[in-house]
Amino acid sequence: MKNKVTHSLAPLLFFYSLIFSQCAYAQGKPDTQFQKMIANSFRTEGIANIDRIAQDETQRFCSNPQASHDAQYQKRVEEIQQLNMANIPAPKDGRYIGDWQKGEVIAQSGRGSTWTDNQQTVNGGGCYNCHQIDQKEIAYGNLGPSLWNYGKLRGYSQEIVIYTWKKIFNPKAFNACSAMPRFGHFKLLTQEQLQDLMALLLDPRSPVNQ
Amino acid sequence: MGDPMRIRAAENNGVVDVKILMKHDMESGQRKDASGKLIPAWFITMVNVKAQGKDVFNAEFGSAVSKDPFLNFKYKGSKGDKLLVSWIDLRGDKRTDEATVS
Amino acid sequence: MTPFSFAQTTADEIAKYRAMLADDNPAELYEAAGEELWKKPSGPKKSTLERCNLGLGPGVLNGAAAQLPRYFSDTKKVQDLESRLMTCMYVLQGVPEKEIVNAPMQEGLKKDMDAIVAYVVAQSKGMPIHVSTKHPKEMEAYDLGKKAFFYRAGPMDFACATCHSADDKRIRLQDLPNLTTPAGAAAGWGTWPAYRVSSGQFWTMAMRLTDCYRQQRFPFPIYGSEVLTALSMYMAVNANGGTMETPGLKR
Repeated sequence: MKNKVTHSLAPLLFFYSLIFSQCAYAQGKPDTQFQKMIANSFRTEGIANIDRIAQDETQRFCSNPQASHDAQYQKRVEEIQQLNMANIPAPKDGRYIGDWQKGEVIAQSGRGSTWTDNQQTVNGGGCYNCHQIDQKEIAYGNLGPSLWNYGKLRGYSQEIVIYTWKKIFNPKAFNACSAMPRFGHFKLLTQEQLQDLMALLLDPRSPVNQ
Repeated sequence: MGDPMRIRAAENNGVVDVKILMKHDMESGQRKDASGKLIPAWFITMVNVKAQGKDVFNAEFGSAVSKDPFLNFKYKGSKGDKLLVSWIDLRGDKRTDEATVS
Repeated sequence: MTPFSFAQTTADEIAKYRAMLADDNPAELYEAAGEELWKKPSGPKKSTLERCNLGLGPGVLNGAAAQLPRYFSDTKKVQDLESRLMTCMYVLQGVPEKEIVNAPMQEGLKKDMDAIVAYVVAQSKGMPIHVSTKHPKEMEAYDLGKKAFFYRAGPMDFACATCHSADDKRIRLQDLPNLTTPAGAAAGWGTWPAYRVSSGQFWTMAMRLTDCYRQQRFPFPIYGSEVLTALSMYMAVNANGGTMETPGLKR
């Protein structure tokens, strides 16, 4: 694979303006030098387009480790959560629970969206990267809490079902700076894949709930 | 001429412990590249080690030996022995390196 | 046996395997190739790299990698090892930086660079990490690196900090050093570049950071770019006092 250095002015100007237009929301003053460094240091490769370095409001808010020292912090946290909560559609067919066997496959796969993937790549959820899910799988990460017995512990009420759907679709609706990706919001997973993950967690017959 | 090897040999109680690191891709011929095409086989086929001009080790490597092979064996010898390690691969590429037993 | 204790036993076994191989790190093959390249007249100027100044004087390699990145008065910027080697290859040998940047990973000029990096870092093995922030540009690089470390972007909202800013975390069964602390930073910064047994490849720090960005679903970090130097500065300064164990050996 040939690496091409594609530096042209137009995309750079576009990104400076994208980055700076969002700075109106920032608490501090915009860091020109830093934004310039970011704009100059990356290029498109495969499906990983240069526009991925432009942050949305949530990402910008969550990039400052000192933010919690700001008096406005808690207020901003709630604003960000509301912003994310505002756009979480219910499944089009009204079904929340899919197929847990397919869900396990999706949870196991960490594929997709990188520059070595392509448009045909079926994205995985990468869930075991961070979570324990089915206890039979010992190769799990600990960046997120264990999801073993997810449904068994919480019950299968409609409230839990809808909470879980929203949580996977857009975790930032509940925790502004969650480490977990926004699988529905950024279309990382299809609706069917989300339904299958729901089944893995909330189908009483799923191995997770035995 | 292939890439240089790392050879270490130390004698203890009349036994020389020889460790050799060879630089070679050792393609088995069974791997496929990103487009699905088979990557052609290319691996070391024969390895020979002489100490003071006499054979102390001979091996036929094959597709099961993995990349950058590490070889470790012992023979009866002395400090100061001159070792000559040679290999030849499927394409006829060769490499020979020398070492002295410490 | 709980999955956590199983993971610990697995980690112990991997550590034992590493100790077994440590005496013969395949990275040494790259070091040998790198030494040859260092002394070989190359490029349009048909010159060797033996006068390359990595911060301790022309041709001084002993301990040089342990105090990088640093500010260089001739280029008026902070440079990490690979950036500085590109400067040397241009100034001494006449090889344009662009050719190295554009070379495919681990091929051609990049393959040469990997070997030279292995050779150079080996000359700092066992030495204390000692990176300065005395020069204002060095402090600036550290601050920019810290900002980059926490910069969340891409479709998964990942920053370096997402995985590397807390103790005792792992992704699947791979332990993640906390790069914001001295011990964690030393564990990370001090053991790369390294030979990766699982892929049979030698990875420089640029390769390691590039693959992190790939997994973060970021676009491609340009070789020798400012962000890679800044991140290196952030990690190296945090790692000060730790030990260079390069080239390392990894799974």
